[in-house]
Amino acid sequence: MPALPLDEAGKYVAGAYVVFLLLILVYVAIMAGRLSRLERELGELDDAVARRTPPSASSNGHEPAERVSAKEGDR
Amino acid sequence: MIRVALAVLRKDLLVELRTKESVPAMALFSLVTYVVFRFGLDRTSLEGDLAAGVLVVTLLFAAVLGINRLFVAEREQGGFDAFLLAPVDRSALLVAKALALLVILVAVEVVAVPAFVVLLLGPAFDPAALVVLALADVGIAVIGTLASALAVQTRARDLIVPLVALPLLVPLVIATAHGLSPLLSEGGGGLDAGWLAVLGLYDTVFVLLSYAVFDFLLED
Amino acid sequence: MLYGKRLRGLAVASALVLSVAFALTFFYAPLDADQGFVQKIFYLHVPMAIVCLGGFIFGGICAIGLLRTGDRKWDLRSYVAIHLSLILGVGVLLTGMIWAKASWGSWWVWEEPTLVAFLVAFLLYATYQPLRFSIEDPEKQARYAAVFAVVAGAFVPLNFLAVRLAESLVHPRVLTATGGTMPGAMRLTFIVAVVGMTGLFVTLWKYEMASKNATFRLRALRRRLGDDELPPARRSAAPAAPS
Repeated sequence: MPALPLDEAGKYVAGAYVVFLLLILVYVAIMAGRLSRLERELGELDDAVARRTPPSASSNGHEPAERVSAKEGDR
Repeated sequence: MIRVALAVLRKDLLVELRTKESVPAMALFSLVTYVVFRFGLDRTSLEGDLAAGVLVVTLLFAAVLGINRLFVAEREQGGFDAFLLAPVDRSALLVAKALALLVILVAVEVVAVPAFVVLLLGPAFDPAALVVLALADVGIAVIGTLASALAVQTRARDLIVPLVALPLLVPLVIATAHGLSPLLSEGGGGLDAGWLAVLGLYDTVFVLLSYAVFDFLLED
Repeated sequence: MLYGKRLRGLAVASALVLSVAFALTFFYAPLDADQGFVQKIFYLHVPMAIVCLGGFIFGGICAIGLLRTGDRKWDLRSYVAIHLSLILGVGVLLTGMIWAKASWGSWWVWEEPTLVAFLVAFLLYATYQPLRFSIEDPEKQARYAAVFAVVAGAFVPLNFLAVRLAESLVHPRVLTATGGTMPGAMRLTFIVAVVGMTGLFVTLWKYEMASKNATFRLRALRRRLGDDELPPARRSAAPAAPS
């Protein structure tokens, strides 16, 4: 088959590169979903730790909780 | 190791002889498939590559039927555990099963190939085709045993076996079809040593590969 | 093992190399005499295919690692590599079909041996996930998946040889780089593209390994803290944490 003229060929080439871009972006989206799940589980972990330290509350218990929430505030 | 393999082989063949589970079904399946092809392709006589293709595909799908059942009895009746406890080389099971499948395939072909010649083949049958089929059978037996062993632990056994075995068998189909087509043509060609070599090589590679990995499939 | 180390540098480097590759493709590489502008797809499609197949073989090598050492971290490496290669494989097939449509007029060409061989290999590896998913015991799952990865990895080169043998006797190649030999400018662009694509694969591989390891360590931490609300582990095809 003879070569397509540039305006038609351009669409196909663009299509191919768009496929590539889409694959990468879909992958990024999936990884973003994983990251947010990780963050959520870390949050639950925080709660689990906080629930364990109240018995030894007083000054000891407060600081770790403050440190953790301070970090979250920074972000 | 050979003695153990032969013992297991004898057991499997005796079971098959007594229950007649696989071979008649597979042979019948081949016949029915020929009829389906006659109507699907809308032809009453085939030759050349079409004939080669139909024969190979039919044998392949009949083989898949047999492969599914290869390890099922072992799994359900505790044969695996018994085998693992015995102080024998585990590859003996692989050899035995592959040989059993080979025997079953040849038995099916005893019915399926003459039926093909009678029902669908146009030109006269060149016996050299049996050489090609023999090599193909070895490949199908080895790859089939491997696929069956892989799938035996899974719950979706009969789905996994064809999905794993068929892509692995594509090169074999290529070589077999190309080898058979001159033999099944009018005023045909001869035995093509090149394709026979490809078949032989493929078989050898998979025999070695299966031997290397089979142990890992048997561990408890 | 920390997979996140040097990951950012690698990611930046890969992005750079790929950008250079694309720039070379469109501004430096000469226009092909036969296929015209459509040939530019070659610089995307073939590097992806090479890296994809390399990923499959790398997955097979990691699987050998699992079979030899029994250490499940090899299983994770193998799984991630094959998983990524499958995604790339979809891209290879799609870009291959677009190239076929643009240069040959139909969406699929059986005459192109590498594309056909690639399809066969892809169909085989597409069974990897269902196979894993159907085996519940994680240790068995890892072992059987490893055997599969080794056999499939060995199968890839054989398959390409066989399909090449079948097709080349009848038809000339369809999706070639050029009509004849590749001029230096094209070759340079191609090599840069392959390097960039490899960098992308390694970056994504490390990224995924880091993410999975982080999840495992998090779960282990939760268990150590005696968190009762831990949801029961779902059945999955992905490797579980090595116990």
